[in-house]
Amino acid sequence: MPIAEIDKSTKSIILTIQDYSIFIWNTMRMLFSPPRYWSDVMLQADIIGVGSTTIVILVGFFTGGVLAVQSAATLSQFGVSGITGRFVSLTMIRELGPVLSGIMVSGRNASSMASELGSMVVTEQIDAMRALGVDPLRKLVLPRIIATVVMLFFLTIVADSFGTFGGAGVTIFMNHQDSTQYFTQAYEFLVYSDILQGLVKPLFFGFIIASVGCFYGLRTTGGTQGVGRSTIHAVVTSAVLIIFADFLISQIMVSMFVK
Amino acid sequence: MSTAPQAEISAKRTPEYCEIAPPVVVFHNVSHRFYGPPVLRDISFQLGPCETKIVLGPAGVGKSVLLKLANGLIRPRRGHVNLFGQNLNHLSEDALYSMRKRTGMVFQEGALFDSLSIRENVAYPLRVDNVLEEEVERRVREALRFVELEHTIDLFPGSLSGGMRRRVSIARAIINQPELILYDSPTGGLDPVTSTTIIELIVKERDVFHTPSLLVTHRLQDAFTMVTHRYDTDAGGMVRQPKGEIDRNTSFLMLNEGRVIFDGGFEELVACQNPFVRDFLA
Repeated sequence: MPIAEIDKSTKSIILTIQDYSIFIWNTMRMLFSPPRYWSDVMLQADIIGVGSTTIVILVGFFTGGVLAVQSAATLSQFGVSGITGRFVSLTMIRELGPVLSGIMVSGRNASSMASELGSMVVTEQIDAMRALGVDPLRKLVLPRIIATVVMLFFLTIVADSFGTFGGAGVTIFMNHQDSTQYFTQAYEFLVYSDILQGLVKPLFFGFIIASVGCFYGLRTTGGTQGVGRSTIHAVVTSAVLIIFADFLISQIMVSMFVK
Repeated sequence: MSTAPQAEISAKRTPEYCEIAPPVVVFHNVSHRFYGPPVLRDISFQLGPCETKIVLGPAGVGKSVLLKLANGLIRPRRGHVNLFGQNLNHLSEDALYSMRKRTGMVFQEGALFDSLSIRENVAYPLRVDNVLEEEVERRVREALRFVELEHTIDLFPGSLSGGMRRRVSIARAIINQPELILYDSPTGGLDPVTSTTIIELIVKERDVFHTPSLLVTHRLQDAFTMVTHRYDTDAGGMVRQPKGEIDRNTSFLMLNEGRVIFDGGFEELVACQNPFVRDFLA
């Protein structure tokens, strides 16, 4: 029986990947043909971007603070606590800013997309939309993908900035170091490849969050219980894919820029 | 709904036209299944250009699936469906969207968009076609007046009762003057008074505009009301047909275990000796 279970699970995973690939192909094809629903893009940008700003600011700020606390304790053992700024800004910009923003936006928006679209499926609103001659991929999915990719890019910049300020707060007011030294270290050792690495990631993460959220929402079955299941799948899958994509992008970027 | 195009369409549907025009929907040996056993097996029937066909059968027999196959929301596993003379199996998804714009569909629970007001729900098909704002407002009010819900125009679906939501759904389905209307259990789960109101609207649409339609229901009393009543424009309501008269353009299709077990008129239905039909009518 375990073999039968493994067989069933493997087929289910392969089928899901196949469905997801078809879903992405069908959605992305629509980028190149009208009609385009720009007002829906703006609405989603407001919900996803502006709505997530507060949590991204808070998470960025406190993560920067924690980084400063932890790094200063270690760096002082080697007598180099003066480079805390460099450590905080590099870590935030290259890694934690994009990943934490992605995870936060995923928790907030992949779940909301899955539950919203899932509810529309079980109440036949998606069928109604198709019956009225509107393609749900074009009207609901594409605007969410565009809005999430664009807004996560800017949210990451916000998280990076507030992370650096959070680190500054700890370094200056708690560790009593010089603010000029902190900001000089934070700025001077940054190179373009660090910024590029940090800003390429949210483009991929945004795509993962919106596509996975919408994908699970639109394949909801089984009434309200099914909506709950889709929401869980969307959040878990998008979070895991973000970390996985982060690993791949970091690997590629490091091999490209670090000689 | 006294718009010029609608008037033209209904004027076109003369008795002669109804005799010679090709059928609107044709099912050819259609079978369909999802993941389990077949839902529909070898379904074949056609809907005439001025006909209202009532699809009867017990719950879960595949009536709603049949309706979704009729406008291409689902593609059949076997057989084919012709809509307005075109084989839906041969159409791309984009072509299907254009085809569906020519039909109106009323869903089981209304399927109104929760986040939109009643005005925007009813105007939805017009927005898709980029109709001018003044025209949209006029036609939305006309459609809502047809279902006697003009006063709800600024409300949201959440604040309407189940019956009112179905009526708004009918307004949305007819606003674009469709050439075919599909009703999926429009009276399911409603009280008798509200059900009669909904049936009256369907009879009104049938008798005033002569739009062909497929109506799914498991409520026999609704089906019989459709045959034995007509809409009286002068009285402004549904009245019983004179004794011995019935609506000849309304026919029946009965399903059981995924198969068609009856396809014909009212008199043939009541005379049918099939045991399941007899039980269903009893």
